[in-house]
Amino acid sequence: MIIGDFMPWAVGPAQSIMLPLVAAMIAFLLGRRALPWLPLLIGVVMILILAALTQQVWEQGPQRYALAGWGAPLGIDLYVDGLSLLMLWMTTVVGGLISLYALGYFQHEPRKAELFWPLWLLLWTGLNALFLSADIFNLYVSLELLTLSAIPLVTLAGGAAALGAAMRYLLFALLGSLAYLLGVALLYGGFGTLDIALLGETMTAGLLAWMAMALITIGLFIKTALFPLHIWLPPAHASAPAPVSALLSALVVKGSFYLLLRLWFWVFPVAITPTASQLLGALGAAAIFYGALHALFQPRLKMLVAYSTVAQLGYFLLLFPMAGMLAWGGTVYFILSHAFAKAALFLAAGNILHTLKHDQIKNLSDLDRGLPLTLFAFGLAGISIMGLPPSGGFLAKWMLLQAALDSGQWWWVTVILIGGLLAAAYIFQVLRHAFDHSGTPPLANAEANMPLSMELIPLILALISVGLGFTAMPYLRLLDIGSPFLPEEIAP
Amino acid sequence: MNWDVVLPLLVLSTPLTTAIAIFLVGEEHYWLRTWLNIGGAFISLVLILAMAAGVYLGVIYEARLELLPGLDLVLWADPFTMLFAILSAVLWLLTTMYAVGYLEMEGSLHRSRFFGFFSLCVAATKGVAMSGNLFTFFIFYELLTLSTYPLVVHRGNDESLRAGGSYLRYTLTGSAAVLLGIIWLNSIVGASYDFDETGILETLGEEYQWTLRVIFFLLVGGFGVKAALIPTHSWLPLAMAAPAPVSALLHAVAVVKAGAFGIVRVVYDVYGVAFASALSVTQVLAVLAAATIIYGSLRALSQDDLKRRLAYSTVSQVSYIVLGAAIAGPIATIGGIVHLVHQGLMKITLFFCAGILEKVLHIKKVSQMDGAGQRMPWTMAAFTIGALGMMGIPPMAGFISKWYLGRGALEVGQSWVIAVLVASTLLNAAYFLPTVYRAWFRPPPPDEHPEDLSESKRDIFIFFLSPALVTAILVLASGLLANAPYSPLDWAYRLAEQEYR
Repeated sequence: MIIGDFMPWAVGPAQSIMLPLVAAMIAFLLGRRALPWLPLLIGVVMILILAALTQQVWEQGPQRYALAGWGAPLGIDLYVDGLSLLMLWMTTVVGGLISLYALGYFQHEPRKAELFWPLWLLLWTGLNALFLSADIFNLYVSLELLTLSAIPLVTLAGGAAALGAAMRYLLFALLGSLAYLLGVALLYGGFGTLDIALLGETMTAGLLAWMAMALITIGLFIKTALFPLHIWLPPAHASAPAPVSALLSALVVKGSFYLLLRLWFWVFPVAITPTASQLLGALGAAAIFYGALHALFQPRLKMLVAYSTVAQLGYFLLLFPMAGMLAWGGTVYFILSHAFAKAALFLAAGNILHTLKHDQIKNLSDLDRGLPLTLFAFGLAGISIMGLPPSGGFLAKWMLLQAALDSGQWWWVTVILIGGLLAAAYIFQVLRHAFDHSGTPPLANAEANMPLSMELIPLILALISVGLGFTAMPYLRLLDIGSPFLPEEIAP
Repeated sequence: MNWDVVLPLLVLSTPLTTAIAIFLVGEEHYWLRTWLNIGGAFISLVLILAMAAGVYLGVIYEARLELLPGLDLVLWADPFTMLFAILSAVLWLLTTMYAVGYLEMEGSLHRSRFFGFFSLCVAATKGVAMSGNLFTFFIFYELLTLSTYPLVVHRGNDESLRAGGSYLRYTLTGSAAVLLGIIWLNSIVGASYDFDETGILETLGEEYQWTLRVIFFLLVGGFGVKAALIPTHSWLPLAMAAPAPVSALLHAVAVVKAGAFGIVRVVYDVYGVAFASALSVTQVLAVLAAATIIYGSLRALSQDDLKRRLAYSTVSQVSYIVLGAAIAGPIATIGGIVHLVHQGLMKITLFFCAGILEKVLHIKKVSQMDGAGQRMPWTMAAFTIGALGMMGIPPMAGFISKWYLGRGALEVGQSWVIAVLVASTLLNAAYFLPTVYRAWFRPPPPDEHPEDLSESKRDIFIFFLSPALVTAILVLASGLLANAPYSPLDWAYRLAEQEYR
């Protein structure tokens, strides 16, 4: 079946940017009258657009589109390859499921819903634009759109904690933008183009390239909350409303990390030095330990999950010192699995907070009776976070471990294994308290009072993160389309 | 339909489907759940027996799915698979019946969750048995760890939560070692390879010898955590905080056996026994196993808590299996492998009986066992058969294992093993005979009245006792009829023939 034959308007990446943008405006104008049909409609149409796009890329390889017929260097180019498709699918599936959850979550808070939907749809626009842009200035614009819609979402929770966290997020994000923009300016001054492909071709190693690379990397480190520039993340992610926390941790940080990947492996390959790669890897290792140890000692569940994100982001950085086909496949799979698993964890934590009105880990006793499905979802998603089989996280870690051993860098092996054990420690700490039956009075089953979507969506997300343990083969074939790492590179 | 592919999948999916169905049924549907349980276990047993017949006739079962480039999930069946799979299928059926009775007596909550994870645990065991390479093995091995955790902490009290924590700390650290070993091996060989392709490692050449030794101990050390080899055994006695059916399952088929099974697979099907012996890693393993045998028995002597005494006995007895593999001779191989089945039957009988004593007579300690034989003759008869079997008294099953182990050691000139066997037998007698003596020859304490079973519980009690009687009979039968075709010993023979062709 060729989708493009009967829906020619659906083929083309610009639609996937325009659709949520228009929807955001409609949602803003119509308010609660846009619910629940608008998000559902957008989700379905987005899936159709992506299916058509995927089919095209699958058959014809990476695609480049000139918007309105104006090509680079004057006009705006959009570019789609396997990596961007995977990111778009991740956004659509995770974002779509979180939308369903949000429909239930904001049921009794129409004021917040009226703010949530336009902002989230704008955020979606920013993400899709980011994954499709082919030049570093457009990437900057979409990155800003992403940040500036994410920050007000945090404030939706209301209260001093959320406002303070959002403020901190804003200050850091501005600093990050500034650094990134400086880097962009340097590149434009030095090489006379903003287009990723052209920059990659003309790039030469030298002071200018290194300066630009350092500035851009620092900027994106801040935006992604990579260690040691992560301190804005835990309060922001933990104090936001549950669907927002899930969106931030599962998708928003991936956006800026995607940008880091694009720039390192498409723009800067000639300028990369082994020292820089090892440094990034070391920061990643530090993030894994730092995040996991902090997660272990958090009294609050949502803070634990947020610190877990800090730790998991560290794994992404291990790609740089081990760059090659295996590590590439492993890291991108890590990004995908983490999106599903972390969204499930945050939504499950949201259910717990919603029911108990608190999320103190020590007082979670009897939760297996009170919220069995939620707890089950938490445990399943935890499997992927710990990297135990069968799950997407396991296959991702397997690829990373194999890459580390194949390249003789055994120190990363130690980091990954200990990181996994620490993750098991903090996940099981939650389960341990949930299984504790000494608490009185016993909790009655509270899931009956919850909207169905809140009960089921965390479980569905968690099941997908486990199911990813069986789907790596087609994924790797898609990722190979336009990959900077060719199959020959793994030959020993 | 191609049965060679479908049958392994069916064997795996039966307990998996049962688990999901039980989770969905919900807490209140007592009978529906019970029938699902027993029905699932029964269907699984029939499927396994069909598969065993196929393997006996030489059919090759294999289901394969590529998960990563060059890395397959492989389910297959060889005689060793069938030995373990039949054991787990039979004991699953019996333990399920027993658990229904036990949890009814305890008035336990969360039975739906309990039986759900119980079935999941059995599915993992089936997967472990049918794994065709180390990668697949690891996946099911971890599934087993995860699915047993909720069973260990089932009671939700402080003791069981602590036991669960210790269980995870040990087993997950062990798993990390195993994972490293497997990936390292893949990295050296260049691809994952199946259990039936033994011999690749021998062609690697001299310069890899030390690496291969290190990998061997990563794998065996990691599996050894679950097999409760010293010094990583201490989670096992703690895990006694779990309900008796869980302990029974853990000790007889699931966790501990999976560890021992893994070690045997590594020695025979990854390294190959000749190559492992040439690397002189089996000698080290034999000493470790022997030390565990003696140490476990010594610790069992001083335990007054009945279940803890049984737990230390497991520590000791499971190492017989490892010892059989480590002696590296055909006859010892038979002894080790057949003990995998025999120990399972004997230990599950003992745990069943310990659970009955605990629930009906409220006996938890050895010192309370006076006169238990008069009060519950059937239970104690089964217990006695299990205990005598553990000591290795003919004609019980345990005797067969010890006989083959001893002969096998002599055959390859390792007579020190005989000393270990004798010492262990004496120690076994020293910690089991007092229990049997107290039960049969001491009068019951005068101030306590035999528990009056209420009428409703009396019905359940049949459910509760019969599995113990069945396993006791199996202990006797697999000893008496050891030479009959299709007996565990017969399977072990076929295996050894295959290994030492």
